[in-house]
Amino acid sequence: MGRTLAEKVWDDHVVRRAEGEPDLLFIDLHLLHEVTSPQAFDGLRQAGRPVRRLDLTIATEDHNTPTLDIDKPIADPVSRAQLETLRKNCAEFGVRLHPLGDVEQGVVHVVGPQLGLTQPGTTVVCGDSHTSTHGAFGALAFGIGTSQVEHVLATQTLPMARPKTMAITIDGELPDGVTAKDLILAIIARIGTGGGQGYILEYRGSAIEKLSMEARMTICNMSIEAGARAGMIAPDETTFDYLKGRDHAPQGEDWDAAVAYWKTLRTDEDAVFDAEVVIEAAELAPFVTWGTNPGQGAPLSANVPDPASYEDASERNAAEKALEYMGLTAGQPLREINVDTVFVGSCTNGRIEDLRNAAAILDGRKVADGVRMLVVPGSVRVALQAVDEGLDKVFTAAGAEWRHAGCSMCLGMNPDQLAPGERSASTSNRNFEGRQGKGGRTHLVSPQVAAATAVLGHLASPADLSDARTPAGV
Amino acid sequence: MEAFTAHTGRAVPLRRSNVDTDQIIPAHWLKKVTRDGFEDGLFEAWRKDENFVLNRPERQGASVLVAGPDFGTGSSREHAVWALQNYGFKTVISSRFADIFRGNSLKNGLLTVVLDQKTVDALWELTEADPTAEVTVDLEARQVRAEGITADFELDENARWRLLNGLDDISLTLQNEADIAAYEAARPAYKPRTIQA
Repeated sequence: MGRTLAEKVWDDHVVRRAEGEPDLLFIDLHLLHEVTSPQAFDGLRQAGRPVRRLDLTIATEDHNTPTLDIDKPIADPVSRAQLETLRKNCAEFGVRLHPLGDVEQGVVHVVGPQLGLTQPGTTVVCGDSHTSTHGAFGALAFGIGTSQVEHVLATQTLPMARPKTMAITIDGELPDGVTAKDLILAIIARIGTGGGQGYILEYRGSAIEKLSMEARMTICNMSIEAGARAGMIAPDETTFDYLKGRDHAPQGEDWDAAVAYWKTLRTDEDAVFDAEVVIEAAELAPFVTWGTNPGQGAPLSANVPDPASYEDASERNAAEKALEYMGLTAGQPLREINVDTVFVGSCTNGRIEDLRNAAAILDGRKVADGVRMLVVPGSVRVALQAVDEGLDKVFTAAGAEWRHAGCSMCLGMNPDQLAPGERSASTSNRNFEGRQGKGGRTHLVSPQVAAATAVLGHLASPADLSDARTPAGV
Repeated sequence: MEAFTAHTGRAVPLRRSNVDTDQIIPAHWLKKVTRDGFEDGLFEAWRKDENFVLNRPERQGASVLVAGPDFGTGSSREHAVWALQNYGFKTVISSRFADIFRGNSLKNGLLTVVLDQKTVDALWELTEADPTAEVTVDLEARQVRAEGITADFELDENARWRLLNGLDDISLTLQNEADIAAYEAARPAYKPRTIQA
């Protein structure tokens, strides 16, 4: 019988298989950041163990880093201590580190792909649940806890039980104005936050094949919000074109050998998935969340749902609690929800294409009075590229704040936070209670919806903007 | 890791679904670089409400958390497990756990037990009606017992063996050094490297 993409990559990394035990998997790339690694390095020190494969390990700073005044000492002493701990650990163990101020610094899931380290058919792990992002390259990539970080540092392997596989097929053309973010939000609303639990998702179909690498990363990134540790997309010419010439992409004969292998990484015709979901691209629309988990979303044209309409008691209860926390009323049109803050950035939507999409809408327009808009590039390289293209000028001319690279308001570990009761339209991945600041209320949106929302001051899509543009230069 | 064989204690019924790890331990607590001292951060936002179940006097000293479905979703932070343990929980019961949280819990000796929602409902009703009711989670027998409730649970034999014996995963893996070295020797040259080795 044929195998799925996930099964092929899995099988190629089995170091040891024994009856009644989880498979021991080899890890090709281990990404580190300051938050989930200190206790792992401590464990190594206590056991007197070295890092086994320094050449497969790389670290950067992202969760705590400020996005203003990065040349000054970090104000929060606890954040500063955590970054200093990472620097000390990397120096002691010999790990390559890109600290704040370095040209390769940025959100760990933006840095790996842009360096060309994330490659098809590799296994990628990081102590961060959004490691699923790297699956966009046909890599098997998943988030791990700190105990597993220590395990990989010490052994370059992980004992893992093989998950089941689920195909999510999206055929057809995405309508105008519908993005990868809308697609993944719609998928999560369909299958639920636990729908992918125990599975590796494979996104496939003609609508997926047409997407850029940035868009594919947005989709795979949020696999975890559907409960799946990993999401994958089969590599193709789009993938190879993105990788060719990057710092760590193979060269010469190695490139040819790699591409020959990468081309085998497709689900066989006769392979059988454990579950299948089919979605028609043409039926999709701009999508936003109204609740406090990423599955609580709806098309922008809809109204806030009535909790009483849920048959399942636990869903009804969750919807009631969400509306109370979010300060929303059943039946209220989503388009009439006003926001205080708009955040464009994160490992979900902080790449160059995301910034271009937001800038194209803001060009010649103004952020509405009383709305604060933060634009936080995913990495220093993304920031430099954006400046090169003049996007920073578009953002600042519109009244948005152009910031330094990092995770920023996605989770508010740095000073970029919502105040209690403040409401955001955010291109990030989680609308959990308090995620962007204590008492903060988050609506997850695409970069295009974020930009249109910033201009109008309420949740909106670019189609709502027809006459709000000031001619350039005015 | 501390071994887990069986535990009996009073319960905290948490009638919420989709309890994400941001609720279990908010991000600002993640700046700590130790594995302890997270108890005050556990459910920090909800604990501001004096009626929150964890704040009730009759729940003090309880060590069994009985939660709604999809417990531990979201961030991979192992701090969520440490916070539950630092607070005093030995075991968490739910009808469904997020994968990463489950993996993290079992690596730290916090036993996460999957029971069907009907049994979880019964445990909620029992422990809400009688806060002194004790719940036993018996890993050797793979069974949860409380007054009027007996429910078997599943856990794969390998994970169970590691928990019962409190075994350290890294030491076990390093016993397979020869297999790891053989795999490394056969890796193709085109695989990426972060530095020249």
